[in-house]
Amino acid sequence: MSFSRNNKRNSRPLVASFVIIGGFIILLLSLVVSIIYGAAEIDLPTTWDALTQFDPNETAHQIIRNLRLPRGLAAALIGAALAVSGAIMQGMTRNALASPSIMGITAGASFMIAVAMAITPQVSSLAMMIWAFAGAGLGAGIVFGVGSISKSGLTPVKLALAGTAVTSMLSALSSGIAIHFNIAKDMSFWYAGGVASVQWIHVQLLAPIVIIGLLIALLLSKSITVLNLGEDVAKGLGQQTVLLKIIATIVVLLLTGAAVAVAGTIGFIGLVIPHITRFLVGVNYRWIIPAAAVLGALLLVLADTASRMVNPPFETPVGTMTALVGVPFFLYLARREGRGL
Amino acid sequence: MVSQKRKTGLLLIGLLLAIFVTLLISLNTGTMTIGPIDVWKTIIGQGSDQNELVLFDFRLPRMVIALLIGAGMAISGAILQGVTHNELADPGILGINSGAGFAVVLFIYLTQGSTSSQVFILPLAALAGAVLAAILIYLISWKNGVSPIRLILVGIGINAAFSALIIVFQLKMDPNNFTQATIWLSGNIAGTDWTYTLTLLPWILILLPITFYKSGTLDTLHLGDETAQGLGTHVERERLFLLFVAVALAGASVAVGGAIAFLGLVIPHLARKLVGSRHKHMLVISALLGALLLLAADTIGRNILAPSEIPVGLIVSLIGGSYFVYLLMKS
Repeated sequence: MSFSRNNKRNSRPLVASFVIIGGFIILLLSLVVSIIYGAAEIDLPTTWDALTQFDPNETAHQIIRNLRLPRGLAAALIGAALAVSGAIMQGMTRNALASPSIMGITAGASFMIAVAMAITPQVSSLAMMIWAFAGAGLGAGIVFGVGSISKSGLTPVKLALAGTAVTSMLSALSSGIAIHFNIAKDMSFWYAGGVASVQWIHVQLLAPIVIIGLLIALLLSKSITVLNLGEDVAKGLGQQTVLLKIIATIVVLLLTGAAVAVAGTIGFIGLVIPHITRFLVGVNYRWIIPAAAVLGALLLVLADTASRMVNPPFETPVGTMTALVGVPFFLYLARREGRGL
Repeated sequence: MVSQKRKTGLLLIGLLLAIFVTLLISLNTGTMTIGPIDVWKTIIGQGSDQNELVLFDFRLPRMVIALLIGAGMAISGAILQGVTHNELADPGILGINSGAGFAVVLFIYLTQGSTSSQVFILPLAALAGAVLAAILIYLISWKNGVSPIRLILVGIGINAAFSALIIVFQLKMDPNNFTQATIWLSGNIAGTDWTYTLTLLPWILILLPITFYKSGTLDTLHLGDETAQGLGTHVERERLFLLFVAVALAGASVAVGGAIAFLGLVIPHLARKLVGSRHKHMLVISALLGALLLLAADTIGRNILAPSEIPVGLIVSLIGGSYFVYLLMKS
């Protein structure tokens, strides 16, 4: 499997099917591991009982049902959402570095969280979600707004530059608020993210958004493949590039907004999983999007499980785990052939 | 290019004037306002003891250090952008800042903020971290030479890794140390004295002229590796040398001023916009612009919410960011 320029445009349906199906099976297995493993040891039969014959009086059943199950599911949903957002953004902008954190979405969400924490000391988790969601929209809105006000329009480079600038400004404002109101530590805990305190309400809010987002992404995937050949080519082939970009942007906002709102800033998935996926399955987005969803979910479930194993009973921030898993692979790709990224 | 030369010359004079005016304003303002006449009296040696203390021991070193760090960071960014052919490159994006930040956070964590001499050791730790990050980036991107794209990609990876490690250790700290680390990471030059200034001065005095001297090489490298090779440049050797200069500048600046983001990114853009992309002109203007911006930002940070101070890095991000956004909308 060379990664040269010649077969860069090829897709590998066979490998892709294998990645999607095999990845899904491994994902289910790791979900089971993630549900069984934790501070309280619970064996497999008890876990099975908790799922099939739930007994509210059993503590073990309660732990499985109300803590571990929503946590595992949320990790899978968030991983998929972030990976697919990254894939769409990279495909759409033809920018290898495009990812939710570059485009100001994460910074916008954290900024609004800082505001929320500063004005109301006890924010409920639901309110927090709404704030973060509004912030994600705000960040992306400013970045895309700046990009589209400029005369030459939304070029990929311009978008990335605007994203970097807006991210820096919003993070500066958040740090200022954090230092001034003395909430730096609370902020960082939220920043560091994680699905540790996920409840069913979060999963119920996440699931429809992520599923709908993924379905629309799948519908758009063919057009994204064309768009990835270049805007002119896409227009020449009669594609409605503006409409496509608008819909794709909304999908990205929905997916990352929901993910960031529940789990804070889990940075590396949206950047690195699309690269890994393209490396495995080629550049047809019809394969990339489902494969990225599976791999993203798998990475976050594994990372979340690992975050509980590294230093029990303390939890290591899951964003750190994804970075520490993702970085070596990213470096490997960067070394292999810079152009592929 | 005569008109370009004249333009650069005029800008040079304009910037020097602006820096001078900002210096005067900065001297006058602060928690304790000292009128212009008193400032003058103090400078010629006839001021009160208190004024002398405030001006010479607190404000002046801080202002000089702002100028030095501003110039150093801006030039570091300009070199990195030239060498990597990427206008998004700066010490922050390549992970040099976060390498320094990691070293500082690790140090505060290990000593529990208890060492009284840590004001002197922190800069050393930061410098070591910056150098470590740079070595890692270079070694990992080495493969029969270092291509610009590999360099920047590896830099982004290293940045992510260090940022993750920073969070791990930060979350284990007690609230006091945590706040101390956060302020340092936001970029802060409060509490500097002449010792810091004198530590930083030689770096800037030696490295800046070297960079100006190498401006022709930067122009050639900008043409692409093959063209540069064809013109007889030792691409690999020059790149390594220039990278070393950029890291040394960034490392020394970060060591004293904390992780001031955005300066290295935005100033070279602004300079290119003003005098074009020839490094001979662009580097000089970058240095002055960087110095001016950081001095102005620090003056604002000291006064806007006085008596509490806002880390200068945050002000830089806000000013630099807005300007950058404006640039993008206009272009």
